[in-house]
Amino acid sequence: MKNSLYIVIVGCGRLGSDLANQLSRIGHSVVVIDSEEKTFNDLSSEFSGFRVAGDATQLSVLKQAKLKDADVFFATTHEDNVNLMVAQVARKLFDVPHVLARVFDPRREQVYNQLGIETICPTSVAAEMFLLAVASGQAGEGMSKA
Amino acid sequence: MKVLIVGAGKTLYFLCRSFTAKGYEVAIINRNRQECVQLARQLRALVICGDGSDIAILKQAGAMEADVVLAITPNDQDNLVICQLATVQFGVPRAVALANDPDNTEIFEKLGVSAFSTTHIVGSLIEQRAELEQIMNLLPVGEGRVNVTEIMLDADSPMAGKLMKDIALPENALVAVVIRDKKAIVPRGANDLQAGDRVVLITLPDNHGAVLKTFTGDLR
Repeated sequence: MKNSLYIVIVGCGRLGSDLANQLSRIGHSVVVIDSEEKTFNDLSSEFSGFRVAGDATQLSVLKQAKLKDADVFFATTHEDNVNLMVAQVARKLFDVPHVLARVFDPRREQVYNQLGIETICPTSVAAEMFLLAVASGQAGEGMSKA
Repeated sequence: MKVLIVGAGKTLYFLCRSFTAKGYEVAIINRNRQECVQLARQLRALVICGDGSDIAILKQAGAMEADVVLAITPNDQDNLVICQLATVQFGVPRAVALANDPDNTEIFEKLGVSAFSTTHIVGSLIEQRAELEQIMNLLPVGEGRVNVTEIMLDADSPMAGKLMKDIALPENALVAVVIRDKKAIVPRGANDLQAGDRVVLITLPDNHGAVLKTFTGDLR
């Protein structure tokens, strides 16, 4: 892998802006796309990348972000269907090597894994953490009693 | 045939009305509760209120048994996901998505979903009508590789009064149907064309203009 990656992030909400800030700070070239320009206010002073204001479900907007040169693509909007659509376009039309989409609905996530789209489901991740906490909590309790 | 439609507004309403009139079994998914109540009153259709890209809602609307799923919401991303879920999750044999953004027609096709763009269809219709007034209908099929055109023959048409066998059509063109006195005829060599006939032509985009000229004459 190259030292500096070209990363395109769709959605500049809490997750998108946080990722953009962190990735930009450690030296990657980052482009953030959001349809609402005011969300760019969440980008920190450390962010040195580009901002594209536009609807990412429109091909012209993705072209403007030079998607064909991207190494990594994240879809982090609050709409599952937007994330699933742009992730497929990035993977299958622009051949971006590493594509990840946030999907809130775990059932939808399964279908898209079948279609070869890598997803992160916050609900499933959180559930796993909670269950892990319960399991380790029980173990801890058992030990303290012993 | 069982048709499942996800969408809203007048297009949805009139589409459903024409489908139920043809005897199709229709199910509708719509997000707006008030509109759902209206639709359920006006149509002989199963109306489900909810998000059409939710697997549970699709199931409730009978996606499992649907022959066709039609996604005509104003959001392209929803239309794409609805059709993909219908095919992948429920094995629906045919799913068609409306591409509100004409550029998305091609993208959807590349992602394995049949798509159409009303902008494309209406646009080409208007262009064709502006060009020649006798053209009543134009329908691009096969992703625009084939045109189906309906034209009215007037008395000035070079084809009026000719027998089919005497008509030399350019290559890759066909007179599919002649409508005369509200009756449809699939013409053979012995049939003639008359002024007042409505003729349905099959053409390719390459020869479309040339074929139409042989029927309408050189008007301008």
